[in-house]
Amino acid sequence: MEKSDYKNIHVFVEQRDGVIQSVALELLGKAHELSADLHEKVVAVLAGYQIKDQAQMLIEYGADEVICMDAPELKDYLTEQYTQAIYQLVMEYKPSIMLIGASTIGRDLAPRLACRLNTGLTADCTKLEITEDMQLASTRPAFGGNLMATILNTEHRPQMSTVRPGVMQKMARDTNRKGEVIDFKPTFDESKFKVRLVKNVKEDKGTVDITEAKILISGGRGVGCKAGFDKLQALADVLPGAEVSSSRAMVDAGVIDHARQVGQTGKTVRPNLYMACGISGAIQHLAGMEESDLIIAINKDKFAPIFGVADLGIVCDLNKVVPLLTTRLAKEIEK
Amino acid sequence: MDFSLNKREELFLQMIRKFAAEEVQPLAAEVDDQERFPIETVEKMAKIGIMGIPIPVQYGGQGATNQMYIMAVEELSKVCATTGVIVSAHTSLCMNPILEFGTEEQKMKYLPKLASGEWIGAFGLTEPNAGTDAAMQQTTAVLDGDEWVLNGSKIFITNAGYAHVYVIMAMTDKSLGTKGISAFIVEKGTPGFSIGKKEKKMGIRGSATCELIFENCRIPKENLLGELGKGFKIAMMTLDGGRIGIASQALGIAQGALDATVKYTKERKQFGKTLAQFQNTQFQMANLETKVQAARLLVRQAAWKKDMHLPYSVDAAMAKLYCAETAMETTTKCVQFHGGYGYTREYEIERMMRDAKITEIYEGTSEVQRMVIAGKLFK
Amino acid sequence: MNIIVTIKQVPNTNVIKINPVTGTLIRDGVPSILNPDDASALEMALQLKDKFGAHVTVITMGPPQADAICREAFAMGADRAILLSDRKFAGADTLATSYALSGAIKTLDYDLILAGRQAIDGDTAQTPVSLAQHLDLPQVTYATNLEYDGQKLCTVTKETEEGYQILEVETPCVLTVLSSAIKPRYMTVKGIMEAYDKEVEVWGADKLDVDPDRLGLSGSPTRVKKSFTKPQKQPGEIFEVDPEEAVEIIVKKLKEKHII
Repeated sequence: MEKSDYKNIHVFVEQRDGVIQSVALELLGKAHELSADLHEKVVAVLAGYQIKDQAQMLIEYGADEVICMDAPELKDYLTEQYTQAIYQLVMEYKPSIMLIGASTIGRDLAPRLACRLNTGLTADCTKLEITEDMQLASTRPAFGGNLMATILNTEHRPQMSTVRPGVMQKMARDTNRKGEVIDFKPTFDESKFKVRLVKNVKEDKGTVDITEAKILISGGRGVGCKAGFDKLQALADVLPGAEVSSSRAMVDAGVIDHARQVGQTGKTVRPNLYMACGISGAIQHLAGMEESDLIIAINKDKFAPIFGVADLGIVCDLNKVVPLLTTRLAKEIEK
Repeated sequence: MDFSLNKREELFLQMIRKFAAEEVQPLAAEVDDQERFPIETVEKMAKIGIMGIPIPVQYGGQGATNQMYIMAVEELSKVCATTGVIVSAHTSLCMNPILEFGTEEQKMKYLPKLASGEWIGAFGLTEPNAGTDAAMQQTTAVLDGDEWVLNGSKIFITNAGYAHVYVIMAMTDKSLGTKGISAFIVEKGTPGFSIGKKEKKMGIRGSATCELIFENCRIPKENLLGELGKGFKIAMMTLDGGRIGIASQALGIAQGALDATVKYTKERKQFGKTLAQFQNTQFQMANLETKVQAARLLVRQAAWKKDMHLPYSVDAAMAKLYCAETAMETTTKCVQFHGGYGYTREYEIERMMRDAKITEIYEGTSEVQRMVIAGKLFK
Repeated sequence: MNIIVTIKQVPNTNVIKINPVTGTLIRDGVPSILNPDDASALEMALQLKDKFGAHVTVITMGPPQADAICREAFAMGADRAILLSDRKFAGADTLATSYALSGAIKTLDYDLILAGRQAIDGDTAQTPVSLAQHLDLPQVTYATNLEYDGQKLCTVTKETEEGYQILEVETPCVLTVLSSAIKPRYMTVKGIMEAYDKEVEVWGADKLDVDPDRLGLSGSPTRVKKSFTKPQKQPGEIFEVDPEEAVEIIVKKLKEKHII
């Protein structure tokens, strides 16, 4: 392998039912920043079926070029189909960097692809930089968020990293941006297609993406039960753009769905307001929300670690504060 | 001399701690508050084998040591003393006398179901007029053809109502004094056997403590446990084993109180520093830590002797005495460290102090333990 | 039916603390545990064992101390345990680790490979997927449920951000399992009594079907350049107040920050 043959930053554009996922645009934004240091192009890798019309949007969000793989085999994400297609694309276009969203799709695809390419992969990065010698330095949390590690892949190409949704920021859409759209036709070895998608079920939770919410009213063990969460929901209902989220304890207890879990094993969020109600603030939870603009914590236990990251801490019984706050805010907003 | 745990014991401790933390601790406050017998916990313990730890494999048990059994009682009691005493009474007071004194038929009939936890066991000795003076048994058993007919009542019986098998002491010949007492196995649902009043208690409030009533209760002749007239001896030997269990329960309560207090005093600040930074806290806690460890060594020694089939009656009495008094002292002082919060039910230390008191009373009061120890001393 | 479960011994990251003075991890006294997702993968295997009489082999790579999780797996119900332990494996990243595992698994009979989704020390979720690639097997990740027909067909429920998918795949295949979906059973007392009577097979690199250059550090494309602890955020204001006052303080803050 000749390293100098490898150029450009490729971003895998995740789509579901033809809808481009936010994480892809976030990665394009980051790739655009990196390209300024690296002096290489940002290439969006768009895979799917009948999706070519979305290529222009990717350019407006930072891609210099879009390589479009439009094939019925790529309609729904399936590991082998996508790995085959992107593997061929990488062998053909030889990117120096490949970025993939750390969603359930990206985390399924990236290791498979990296292994097939015999290259390195760094998962769930929170920071990407270009070093002085033009390497990609990927920083990620380890040991449950207790430690940060910066990882290099100096000898293999492409340098692959995944980034969780919500970590990077999209660039402002620029409708004047222009770029080339290239078609790439992979060939498929169907004998390797061994997994069949029987059905794809979207549950009610699917309509809510807590990483997109401007305000999160988040509950922990202190909320106690379903009835407690109803109080949080009532508060979220009076605040425009607010959703209910939770810590792991409540997900494990079956009170709330995993899709609403914030933290190391849930989602990373950075809303304008994160209100932590009855959340003690284990480091795994903090890892998922400490970048929020404003953090308000309500907890009876004044020693709770959540107060260490809160901009405003209230030592009080959330079950009393939340209903009062709901009534009061309803009035305020009516004004 | 080796005081360390072997790898098997370490693995066992890991399992029992995880189980206690995940399944027992979350229910402890509720079980206490509602005075509710945690039957779901018993079912979970049964599945894992905690209801038959020191019973040999051929009788459906786990074939583990008494050492492991007391580790289980300690760990369970650390988070919930109610759960600890359920296991202790079941194991030491019901299965143990059947194992040691039962006929092969009795062992095969009762132990597999008890050790698997399908059935719970209980033990009946105490009566309204026969507490510490256990020889004053007024419950009678009279042989009538092929059946024993029991009359009388027992009080303060742990696991009553939930238990399927009861080891019951009754007078078969009053003229012989303690040598006229015999032991019997009575099954739940036997006509004439009923459960009386349930006690409302200060601590271990989830444990079912009730009166047992026998009114012309007829049981098969073969349900005599051990020899006729050996009941008092069986009861005393059973209590020796029970004392190891209760000593472990007390030890668990003390250790649980210490753990909670270390955590609390490291967090709670007064006068600009944590309580743990005050020398008074450090010295008092150091004393308690030392006593708890001494208590643990006493109970481990007693269990070890039992495992080795060495005489352990006095060791059990010393362990029970010292563990119980250590539990009471530790919990009382730990409440003090918690200040006003420690007096509220918001903190588990309040429950621990209430739970500790019984360990100085049942399975022989502290005074009885002193009698046993002095008896050997002045022999 | 032969099932292989890949497991890993990890430090319990819930109890790891940072030394506030040096800013380094305090690893002393941090217990090593069986990785939670792996315990759930083992549980899934044991449920198949209960139902179909499967033979369950656990395999791990690690230092000799990883013997402890093999014993734990025995005590939960595993039939066989293999520990890959050799200095030649040291310094392996996920690519080299999965390669070594694949080299061991190639020498075994198997129908199904179950793995935890990810390990709590690294959280990468890469090893099992790379393992599937090395073995050229199909994979389904994020599995929350498995229905097996007793012959070849696995019907797998996979958790997604939006809901779930039902996927069908035939054995042999690799599934990665979520700990939130399946609660692992406790070790039984009986299992613990027997765990140390069984043998944990310790395999070195020479026992594997591998190219030695692709093991350990030399087989790892990624390198840790540096590691550090995150700078602590300065805490904000804390008020210990009654509920009415609390509401006033919150509302004031929300107005100040133009949230309302």
